[in-house]
Amino acid sequence: MKQPASPHLRRLEAEAIFILREVVAEFERPVMLYSIGKDSSVMLHLAQKAFFPSKPPFPLLHVDTTWKFREMISFRDAAAQRVGMELLVHINEEGVKRGVSPVASGSSVHTQVMKTEGLRQALDKWRFDAAFGGARRDEEKSRAKERIFSHRSTTHAWDPRNQRPELWRLFNTRIKPGESMRVFPLSNWTELDVWDYVAAEEIPVVPLYLAKERPVVTRDGALIMVDDERLPLAPGEVPRMEKIRFRTLGCYPLTGAIRSEAQTIPEIIAEMRASTTSEREGRLIDHDESGSMEKKKREGYF
Amino acid sequence: MLELAQASSKASLATQAEQAPALATLRLITCGSVDDGKSTLIGRLLFEQSLILDDQLAALERDSRRHGTDGENIDFALLVDGLEAEREQGITIDVAYRYVSTKRRSFIIADTPGHEQYTRNMATAASSADLAILLVDARKGLLTQTCRHAAIVSMLGIRHVVLAVNKIDLTGFDAEGFAKIVADFRAFAEPLGFKTLVPIPISARHGDNVSQRSANTPWHRGPVLLEHLESIEVAEDNSGQPFRFAVQWVNRPHLDFRGFSGEISSGSVRPGDEIVAAGSGRASRVARIVTADGDLPIAEAGDAVTLTLADELDIARGDVLCDPKHRPEVSDQFSANLIWMSDDKLLPGRSYLMKAGARTVPVTVTELKHRIDVNTLGELPARTLSLNEVGLCNLATTTPIAFDPYKANRSTGAFILIDRATNATAAAGLILHGLRRATNIHRQGLNIAKIDRARLKNQKAAALWFTGLSGSGKSTIANLVESRLYGRGVHTVLLDGDNVRHGLNKDLGFTEVDRVENIRRVGEVTKLMTEAGLIALCAFISPFRAERRLVRELLDEGEFIEIFVDAPIEDCIARDPKGLYKKAIAGEIKNFTGIDQSYEPPQDPELIVGRDGQTAEQAAAKIIALLVERGFIDKIDDLGDDWSI
Repeated sequence: MKQPASPHLRRLEAEAIFILREVVAEFERPVMLYSIGKDSSVMLHLAQKAFFPSKPPFPLLHVDTTWKFREMISFRDAAAQRVGMELLVHINEEGVKRGVSPVASGSSVHTQVMKTEGLRQALDKWRFDAAFGGARRDEEKSRAKERIFSHRSTTHAWDPRNQRPELWRLFNTRIKPGESMRVFPLSNWTELDVWDYVAAEEIPVVPLYLAKERPVVTRDGALIMVDDERLPLAPGEVPRMEKIRFRTLGCYPLTGAIRSEAQTIPEIIAEMRASTTSEREGRLIDHDESGSMEKKKREGYF
Repeated sequence: MLELAQASSKASLATQAEQAPALATLRLITCGSVDDGKSTLIGRLLFEQSLILDDQLAALERDSRRHGTDGENIDFALLVDGLEAEREQGITIDVAYRYVSTKRRSFIIADTPGHEQYTRNMATAASSADLAILLVDARKGLLTQTCRHAAIVSMLGIRHVVLAVNKIDLTGFDAEGFAKIVADFRAFAEPLGFKTLVPIPISARHGDNVSQRSANTPWHRGPVLLEHLESIEVAEDNSGQPFRFAVQWVNRPHLDFRGFSGEISSGSVRPGDEIVAAGSGRASRVARIVTADGDLPIAEAGDAVTLTLADELDIARGDVLCDPKHRPEVSDQFSANLIWMSDDKLLPGRSYLMKAGARTVPVTVTELKHRIDVNTLGELPARTLSLNEVGLCNLATTTPIAFDPYKANRSTGAFILIDRATNATAAAGLILHGLRRATNIHRQGLNIAKIDRARLKNQKAAALWFTGLSGSGKSTIANLVESRLYGRGVHTVLLDGDNVRHGLNKDLGFTEVDRVENIRRVGEVTKLMTEAGLIALCAFISPFRAERRLVRELLDEGEFIEIFVDAPIEDCIARDPKGLYKKAIAGEIKNFTGIDQSYEPPQDPELIVGRDGQTAEQAAAKIIALLVERGFIDKIDDLGDDWSI
């Protein structure tokens, strides 16, 4: 493995490693939320570094909405095998029984049931007291004020007005029984930092990030990839082949692709520097209204 | 013109790929009074660096029409003020972090609130920043807030300041007004010891001197803001700093590897270097510097590494490894500035948790010397600290800790206090120095120990701590127990709340602060009594859990026996042996437990008595039985329980 390129990245890496170690030293049952995206890939890589020569002393958890791209699921299983960590997968079976899906129920119900409620169920089921997430402060306005160690009540609620101040590197990790902490080691990273680090450290990412001819349809102005028969086509709707890639990977009918020629990580970085839209532009769930992410977070969405 | 600026900065971003930033990331904060334009300035910087993207700009235009304060124009502040509530109120209520990269440097900007009640957030942001931009409204000049923020910035160790005199357009670009503000500020900031202080006249709204030199201020000879931020060197000369390494986690994958993981706080280290564990003074040498990318020949401040040592030392999380020739202070008493961050006031004498480096230990504020008026830097007398107040204190920890003065080392000189009941972060602390009395007064080794004194009396020392509401029967039961113990030939002493207040504690009242001090003193006396080998019976309302825990921690393991005398308040009021409830309910007595001050019942007491109509005699019998069972006193079979009365 190579050393990260710049002093800027080295500082971000050291900070993330410090946070990972602090959680392992201070909590009883930590877990790393693994969502298969590029941020998760970076977090998983940092965990290998933080505890070397030990293995990271916590499992990975994937909250599967059953609407992930097939390539994501195979990448997930391969990644867990490669690092030799335990992978827990949780599906909100109750939601599946109720037939909740982004197609039938719409994006906000699907996200609430399969993601937010699914996550809560999983954390309660295994009684985790700390969960690493790959969220970054540069993603969205309400996340700019999120703490690195973010306290959650026994009902997983986040109270933005009552956050603990974070001074120096002295994180207050105290919680009461039943409460938990969400921890974000990549808080201070930008989207560009993540890609620069992926390039410098040669970290594997899901191939969907790289441009390729893929079957798509256009819906509400977004390019939706037809991954398999889970996406019902409207009458007269015919998938066409286009060279596309994804900037962010969510549930597949909710994640729009972009037309792109970038087939390597350096080409992605070059394309990003010239880009004029933000990363979450492709995520249909953020568009409901301004402030929608903050509402989801109060309810326990990551 | 705005389009032009955007186009040209996009061109500069395109060249960014080929050039790595020349200087390390600059962490900075913006602060100033309400409406000085902090958020607008950051929004302007983001906009001019083309970091506002098309979809964000569309959302911004939509929001500007809805919430904006700038008429038809784009309100840049809306881009930065994230949470819905503050957008509605029009103020920034928390710290927001923003990330800006130019071709020369990366920046992490903390936008901090100017509103008075949120000063703690400013201190939070300042704790990890290298430079502060202090905004002043050119029309208003220096405000109390400006001075307050400059003082906090200085206290938290920021050495580089930009005085951004904003809204200069609204004074008609008045050079003389600018010069006066600069002169006023220099006079105030003189004792604050800033290394650089650069004044710049700007207009955040229109962009004057933000990233482009303004034609409107030909009299300004200094740098423009962005140029200054891109070029300032803030890295202190670290090569001279002594080596410090706080062990975060013991890395033990198998029996043949024992490493200590952590981040180097200051200085540097190489394999073969001598080190000592600061607390124990035990020495060894660094064997390897282990990382996932291979062993390193040297590691420096800021590197996250795993060290292995040549010898097996007993080292755990929280230990500090250091250069044997330049060791940190090790003491259990020290002096520090506290910035209070909680709605619950500081209670001197109460036990808090202190987190310093990777170590968390119980601590008490033994003395609040004075409060510091951060507007004037003057000293004010004080008995407590409230939210956003700053004070100079002496503190005592239960075990010695290793530290450096904050001025010399921002990572080994800082700590936070945590409220043990709520887990809230109660205060930020900056260590000034260890106290000589702790460093020089070593405990006298005594020939005769507590156990010897107790053995002579054929008993084990203990403290029976009776807690409960006034009138619950604490003194009655304690008296009964003492009589029975006396009858068994046990050596005792009884400390009673009312009696102690006639002598030792006659200077104390019944406020929260005084109640805490009352129990702290009684705790110390109790400790002396157990040292004498006695069984001390202590009858005190002692309404707060934290103080009862403090006494428990003063004594040896197992010595403190908490007895909760749990009579219902209705019974206490009905009994009212001293007529106090009557007065309290009538409002003649303030701070009366159970009436206008809370009682925190024990969560896990050794014994509960007084419930379900249990008489004082029955309660006393239960207590004697417990003492026998735990081996404090001998079992005497042939004496009936009522023998002594």
